[in-house]
Amino acid sequence: MAQVDLPDNVVITKLDELVSWCRKYSLWPMPFATACCGIELMATGASRHDLARFGAEVFRFSPRQCDLMIVAGRVVMKMMPVLQRIWLQMHEPKWCISMGACASTGGVFDTYAVVQGIDRFIPVDMYVPGCPPRPEQLIQAIIDLQEKIQRTGTAWGKELHDPRRSRPPRLLLSDPNHPELPVSAGRFPMERQPEASWPMLSPPPPEEPRRLNSEPKII
Amino acid sequence: MAEESTLQGIRERFPSAEISEFRGQHRIRIEPAAVHDLLEFLKEELGLGLLVDITCVDYLYYPNAKDRFGLVYLLANPETNERITVRTFLNEPEPAVPTATDLWEGANWLEREVWDMFGIRFAGHPDLRRILLPEAFEAHPLRKDYPLQGLGERHNQPIVTRDMG
Repeated sequence: MAQVDLPDNVVITKLDELVSWCRKYSLWPMPFATACCGIELMATGASRHDLARFGAEVFRFSPRQCDLMIVAGRVVMKMMPVLQRIWLQMHEPKWCISMGACASTGGVFDTYAVVQGIDRFIPVDMYVPGCPPRPEQLIQAIIDLQEKIQRTGTAWGKELHDPRRSRPPRLLLSDPNHPELPVSAGRFPMERQPEASWPMLSPPPPEEPRRLNSEPKII
Repeated sequence: MAEESTLQGIRERFPSAEISEFRGQHRIRIEPAAVHDLLEFLKEELGLGLLVDITCVDYLYYPNAKDRFGLVYLLANPETNERITVRTFLNEPEPAVPTATDLWEGANWLEREVWDMFGIRFAGHPDLRRILLPEAFEAHPLRKDYPLQGLGERHNQPIVTRDMG
């Protein structure tokens, strides 16, 4: 069998890895900044810390154009439907960073209106500790997320058919800090008037598994 | 600080009003049924035409308090710099007073906030909805018998999974 010599400027790789490589260096973040973490988020994108060095500097304020949601700051109950709608409006493949103590756990705001961790209600890929985190920490989270994208992404979206994706992000059985409080005892009844108050979040009807328009043909 | 002529006018027109002074600030205590008449009198005849704020205090667990809610109106006269606090006290089960929106349009949102946080009804209000909390919320969280961490409302939201959307 003859051995083919490749020239020096040719690299051999797998298609999945090539696509993931493209994806991870062209993240477009969606800044969902509600509090002081948003200031650090802006500093991260500005010239001193220069997120452009890691290929994630194109902040867009339309979810249709973004693939990385950065939730920076505390999220209150009334904001949660907005956050979920924006998340649902983003196109696959998409990722979410929960930036700071408030977004991840509620932080010091252990009050009736503040959601105690957004991961109870939307999926989260990466958590950044800190109050607020330094820009270096956010950059590290983006680098770690890029590693995850490189590891899990596929060219034809096989990872989108993973049955584990229908699991709730974090199933909450009880509030560890306040076990006496009811968690889903119907004190806040969504079922009563879903259309009037919470227009968007009925579960979608079962559908065919998604297929790309051009499936790869094996010749 | 209110001028003596203003206080004298109030005494003559509303003999039941209790006027007191604390650190140079005058306060009028009046029964809920007469609060609208008093506000109208202060606005139309004594020149206290600026409604600064409407707010409320829950005196539950407060030592020696006789009534549950203290509703507070802060008025000012922009020409003479007089300021007056009007207070009225309300009790459960149905704390209610007449609305002040016919006197001041700006009372609309202030009264909605008091309704949202304390559950005090303003009879005759044109649009008494919650102003800050979601419509489906059932409690009035600034009442002292409402726990700081709530009654589980914050945990009870729809969940979005990765395969949605």
